[in-house]
Amino acid sequence: MAAASGFAESGADLDLVGIQKRFPGFTAIEHLDLTIPAGSFFALLGPSGCGKTTTLRLVAGLEDPTTGQVLIGGKDVTKLRPFERPVNTVFQSYALFPHMTVLENVAFGLRRRKIADPIDKAHEALRLVELDHLATRKPQQLSGGQQQRVALARALVNRPALLLLDEPLGALDLKLRRQMQIELKSIQESVGLTFLHVTHDQEEAMTMADTVAVMNKGRIEQMGAPEVLYELPRTAFVANFLGQSNLFTGPVAGTTADAISVDVAGVKVVVPKSRAARHTGTVTIGVRPEKLALHTEKPATDASTNALGPGRVIDVSFTGVSTQYLVDIPGVGNVTVFTQNMGFGPTAHEGAEVWVSWHVEHGFGLEDDPDAEPRFSPDADTQMLAVQTKNELQSELEAEEA
Amino acid sequence: MSATSAATRTELPAAREGKPFKRRIGLGTWLLPAYVTIAFVFLLIPIVYTFIFSFNDSLKSNIVWRGFTFDNWLGICNQVEVCIAFGNSLLVGGTATLIATTLGTMIAIALVRYRFRFRSGISLLLFLPMATPEVVLAAGLAAEFLTAGVQKGLITIILAHTMFCLSFVVVTVKARVTTLDPALEEAGRDLYGSPTQVFWRVTFPLLLPGIVAAAMLSFALSFDDFIITYFNAGIVQTFPTYVYISAARGIPAQANVIASAVFIFAIAIVLIAQITNASRRKRLGLN
Ligand SMILES: Nc1ncnc2c1ncn2[C@@H]1O[C@H](COP(=O)(O)OP(=O)(O)OP(=O)(O)O)[C@@H](O)[C@H]1O
Ligand SMILES: [Mg+2]
Repeated sequence: MAAASGFAESGADLDLVGIQKRFPGFTAIEHLDLTIPAGSFFALLGPSGCGKTTTLRLVAGLEDPTTGQVLIGGKDVTKLRPFERPVNTVFQSYALFPHMTVLENVAFGLRRRKIADPIDKAHEALRLVELDHLATRKPQQLSGGQQQRVALARALVNRPALLLLDEPLGALDLKLRRQMQIELKSIQESVGLTFLHVTHDQEEAMTMADTVAVMNKGRIEQMGAPEVLYELPRTAFVANFLGQSNLFTGPVAGTTADAISVDVAGVKVVVPKSRAARHTGTVTIGVRPEKLALHTEKPATDASTNALGPGRVIDVSFTGVSTQYLVDIPGVGNVTVFTQNMGFGPTAHEGAEVWVSWHVEHGFGLEDDPDAEPRFSPDADTQMLAVQTKNELQSELEAEEA
Repeated sequence: MSATSAATRTELPAAREGKPFKRRIGLGTWLLPAYVTIAFVFLLIPIVYTFIFSFNDSLKSNIVWRGFTFDNWLGICNQVEVCIAFGNSLLVGGTATLIATTLGTMIAIALVRYRFRFRSGISLLLFLPMATPEVVLAAGLAAEFLTAGVQKGLITIILAHTMFCLSFVVVTVKARVTTLDPALEEAGRDLYGSPTQVFWRVTFPLLLPGIVAAAMLSFALSFDDFIITYFNAGIVQTFPTYVYISAARGIPAQANVIASAVFIFAIAIVLIAQITNASRRKRLGLN
């Protein structure tokens, strides 16, 4: 292995084969099969407690899998101890050595491997994260964001074939975060290292990664290129974890050669077969809020357009670049619509009667069985609550005025 | 009653116009300093007494002041027995501390980091020497050595001291191990540190303050111990047993010298630690 004798010349493949991890009384990872090709930037995205850190610990060797194998560069490392693996980790909790200066922290890995000029290389890594001027400080004399960057430098300086990043940018402000994202990406690309990046930030995952995997309750729900994942989510969880989605459930009422039509509260909604995971029975279909158009009059529909309505606008929130509408359509439920602010102000006001429409090609059909227990609580719930609270406050105010 | 209240009422505004506030002399203002003074006097008198009498130009017994001299300080080993007893105390304290600190640190790490059978049982047993009355422990040990046919002497003292120091070391170091973040050692392993390297470069330096505290406590306990030593010493004398035995015929002034020197030495260590700490903090603050 290249890493054993110095810096990695290139990244290494990572293969997780049939991994299961059980803690006493709790299964953190149910079943994981994962291949990350050498030199790719792989993002692991998922809610808190879904097993992201556990996955990284298994790869780093800090935890042993209950079953399954870990292969790095095609070599089985399941039985190897952490210091024998060509892997470095940026820990979620930083784990900086409090008794060493920042510089000694960064040089630690280099010294252990007896690499020449550890101090020079450590300075270089610190310059990369713009902290060289604090090299003589102790970690506890740094801010959270600075500590995080030291942790990053301490792992990066080793140029491992596989770098594990556990939310490495979580404590940074937006500007620094963007800057570090660019740095990380360029390091990864210039050396061709393999990065396994865990994050909560879907935008970060989508902009940086070649492949994004969405993890939920110890399983990978879906994995693929960011565009594919966003445009064609396969499960309700992915549809709502990566951005927002409007989901409708109904029986398949008709099928043509290349499309299915689903009965949603009496209206036929058409989805291309190629974009639907299931073609029979009761299915859940969806569409992204920004793909919807809002109409104040009943739109003329044709074969390439789906339309629902009429409904009533129950909430309008202006976010600057766009306006977010929440429309209550009887029998269908709440539908979220994002529109660009091309003109001035909203096109529809609260209480207005509206229709929504979208291009057939923009719909997608999920593979979830709607009759099965729901695996998530839809976003609409919190939205509904917000609207409800707002209405209550308003009526209270009105009552006071009267 | 009404007269006084009327008086205060009329006086109040006047008082306000004059001095802003008349400071009330509360109980706390004088009680606390007085209490502290008394406590210190109470604590320090025996030490001061010992110190002063180390300069006494005494004969056999050192009870009556007979004039000032440096002879006792310059010729500590003129009274050979004091010197030997003191040497024994250092030897016993040093050896027992070394063994107890090494063993105790390992036990503490094992107890916190590993799950094994009888773990809580062992934890409990380690407390026993601390909880048992010393006389009982001393007599028990003496009987045990007798049954085992071990000749009483330096070895038995060291064994006995190691035993009771061990408990204190485990308790002290354990507190430190508990607060040590396991992620730090994991980071060490992740950064290519072998288990030995991780121990010496990460774990040990982080535990060091606890280990040093434990060693100092051990030494102090061992150096100070009388009862257990007395029961298990045979003909060997340590400093405390020597002082006790010679009390009957008069303690030589050299004993005062050694006691004072130990006291000054301890205070010096504390002062040096405080000063280096303060200067280090200052240096870091300037950075
Ligand atoms: N040592 C352990 N013993 C028992 N359960 C554990 C242990 N470590 C983790 N878990 C459980 O495994 C699950 C996954 O934990 P993990 O740390 O991988 O989550 P995560 O996805 O990294 O979450 P976060 O985003 O909050 O960091 C959690 O429910 C956690 O409670
Ligand atoms: Mg985590």
